[in-house]
Amino acid sequence: MAYVPLADQEQELHHPHSWVTKYVFSQDHKVIAIQYGSTAVAVGVVALVLSLLMRLQLGFPETFSLIDPSSYYQAVTMHGMIMVVYLLTALFLGGFGNYLIPLMVGARDMVFPFLNMLSYWVYLVSVIILMASFFAPGGPTGAGWTLYPPQTSMAGTPGHDWGIILMLASLAVFIVAFTMGGLNYVTTVLQARCRGLTMMRLPLSVWGIFTATVLGLFAFPALFVAAIMMAFDTLLHTSFFMPAIIEAGQPLDTAGGSPILFQHLFWFFGHPEVYIVALPVFGLVSDIISTHARKNIFGYRMMVWAIIAIGGLSFIVWAHHMYVSGMNPYFGFFFATTTLIIAVPTALKVYNWVLTLWEGDIRMNVPMFFAIGFIFTFIHGGLTGLFLGNVVIDLPLSDTYFVIAHFHMVMGVSPVLVFFAAVYHWFPLMSGKMYNETIAKWHFWLTFLGAYAIYLPMHYLGFLGVPRRYYALGSTDFIPESAQALNANITIAALIVGAAQLLFLFNIIWSLKNGKKAEHNPWGSASLEWQTPDVPPVHGNWGPKLPSVYRWAYDYSVPGAHQDFIPQSTPEADEPTVDEQHFDPDHDQSKADI
Amino acid sequence: MSDIAATDALAPKSGVEGLVDDWSADKQTYHVPWGKAMMWIFLVSDTFIFTCFLTSYMNVRWTATEPWPYPSEIFALEFGGVPIPLILIAIMTFILITSSGTMALAVNYGYRRDRQKTALLMLATAAFGASFVGMQAFEWTKLITGEGIRPWANPFGAPQFGSVFFMITGFHGLHVTGGVIYLLIVARKVYLGHYEKKGYEIVEIAGLYWHFVDLVWVFIFALFYLW
Ligand code: HEM
Ligand SMILES: [Cu+2]
Repeated sequence: MAYVPLADQEQELHHPHSWVTKYVFSQDHKVIAIQYGSTAVAVGVVALVLSLLMRLQLGFPETFSLIDPSSYYQAVTMHGMIMVVYLLTALFLGGFGNYLIPLMVGARDMVFPFLNMLSYWVYLVSVIILMASFFAPGGPTGAGWTLYPPQTSMAGTPGHDWGIILMLASLAVFIVAFTMGGLNYVTTVLQARCRGLTMMRLPLSVWGIFTATVLGLFAFPALFVAAIMMAFDTLLHTSFFMPAIIEAGQPLDTAGGSPILFQHLFWFFGHPEVYIVALPVFGLVSDIISTHARKNIFGYRMMVWAIIAIGGLSFIVWAHHMYVSGMNPYFGFFFATTTLIIAVPTALKVYNWVLTLWEGDIRMNVPMFFAIGFIFTFIHGGLTGLFLGNVVIDLPLSDTYFVIAHFHMVMGVSPVLVFFAAVYHWFPLMSGKMYNETIAKWHFWLTFLGAYAIYLPMHYLGFLGVPRRYYALGSTDFIPESAQALNANITIAALIVGAAQLLFLFNIIWSLKNGKKAEHNPWGSASLEWQTPDVPPVHGNWGPKLPSVYRWAYDYSVPGAHQDFIPQSTPEADEPTVDEQHFDPDHDQSKADI
Repeated sequence: MSDIAATDALAPKSGVEGLVDDWSADKQTYHVPWGKAMMWIFLVSDTFIFTCFLTSYMNVRWTATEPWPYPSEIFALEFGGVPIPLILIAIMTFILITSSGTMALAVNYGYRRDRQKTALLMLATAAFGASFVGMQAFEWTKLITGEGIRPWANPFGAPQFGSVFFMITGFHGLHVTGGVIYLLIVARKVYLGHYEKKGYEIVEIAGLYWHFVDLVWVFIFALFYLW
């Protein structure tokens, strides 16, 4: 019997019949993407407001009494957890992953649209559970986003009864949601590419999202298990993580557990998690830079292998978050070495971005501003990571503002800049409208310079020894008065940056209605998502016939071509290419066609 | 160019060369249906969950401050006053492994499109699974009411023994229960002929899950009852 590859069989699409199935319980990956993205941004705003509350307290401790020490802890915890998991993870995988994967691989939808829809609704449930903890008795947990035991369940920690349970439940539900979406993304990339689209012709966005999803599928299990065990400890009074403890003169009924075990589980998830956020960002920014520099991405293959290498290495570095917890010096040596090795493929990517810009025909469109801003902030945050990766340097810096500065530069500001770059870049495709360029540029400069005004001084505060997660500095010998002045400045910068985001929200919402109509493929992009017959693409994406791909996604400024870009779907016979992979689906009948 | 040469060039290669070919092909990397690829990926992810559970168990067992009880004594059943160690668990393991056999047969009959036999064998598999869960419930009851073991307490030594035991066997039991329900649903649809057009890969996909759950049990069995 002739074997017909599934990718060639027409996929049954779920056709929506009513407004509700079209826009609410939709199985269309594009609608799900927008739902994921907007929900993530909405919780992100909550986290932003929390951070501004904290900044007001830190900058002007005597002036404002909006929060007390325990609600400060709660704000720190919720801010961190929301930003890392519920905003950034959901945004790049659930949002951009959903939108871009089927379009970039030339599929009509994800392979299992119903499961994909379920993924979003389960994610929404996890968000609701998390938000419910604000209204629970005792409020949300104040254990820090790392949730370290035993302090999570000690009476002195705010939210030690209800808050922590809701947090754990919400995380478990989130992981279920992520798994449903993630299985879809991975299977779609592996099994549902269109004719001619080999793995080595995928745009780097797809490579980044794909690898990040694989990391998620392997890393979230550790968090899941940690959450279940901690729920046992809290609800059933088991002692997985609880050693013998005397609290207020009274011994607790726990003994023999290992708090370090939790740290291992948490960071076995936690470190890959930072790359779950970073890899999609790497991918998106590569495509944006290449498009607006009108040049093919420098070293495409190297970029792919670097993504894979970083993904693999990220599973063997986790204990660099635990240097201060104490470990056998050989382990410290091992984890410091692997941590520093990860900087090699990372630096390689940075060089390649810069070399892509080199002698490019750079168009300073708004996405390019954000992309170049990202290169700055990412180099910056990456360099401080090298410091922290060394045990002896980390010991004094750990738990100070230096660490705060490091990870905000590298996984706070950098991904957020790329998020903006990506929204501005794909907004014409998603909405068919253009945004307002002037407001967008204001938004960029305020955000970019403001971020430096916030985080640069924090490095210095860290050197002074200002500890993180403290409600107020009090009076200490080693922290000079001037530190407080710096704190006040940081707060003012933070307020300005926070307000600048209103420009973004306004711009997007206003442009949806009043924006100029976008031309088809306004950036002259070569990748497949811009080649749909309709803009914005309709349900099913491609009209009657699926596209075929004849080249990689980076044929920009090819000598001898008619335009300065050649869409991936242009046959090799019609236009030259610089794609190293000679694979023509019309002649080179691959095995998949047998 | 002759036809023979062309077909030879197209024939799927084996070994490393085939692997490279698959990964550099367009459209799809593995020549399997989407559902099967997805089930494989899910099972790898689930493997990480069980691995985390089992490594945590080992860690907890090493750090516990009180002595760990002897499994062969705790998991013994008395017959006429003579305690037989691990007898119940041996039966449970045997049943689960047998169910893997009936499942494999079901897959085979599925591809031969013998709907009735396939459905029956799947039903048998589900029945074995259900009896496994039943015996597990019996074991739990015995440990709780008979020996006084609780998730938070254990009269025979380290309380973590009870915690880990109920957590891991419970989590595995949920997997088996979910599998039984899944098998029943698929078996019904097979019987009613829902897959005549789409083909019977679904039986194999359900089978993959079932074999996985059995395989995990072997590890739990070895690490929990034999160590
Ligand atoms: C060259 C690359 C990097 C190195 C060598 C590095 C190293 C480190 C080290 C050693 C720490 C622990 C500091 C401490 O707690 O004392 C740390 C913290 C952190 N890093 Fe990185 N890092 C790198 C890149 C990244 C990237 C790309 C991200 C995210 C996208 C990231 C996110 C974080 C976060 C969130 C924390 C703080 C976790 C906490 O709350 O304790 N890092 N980094
Ligand atoms: Cu790390």
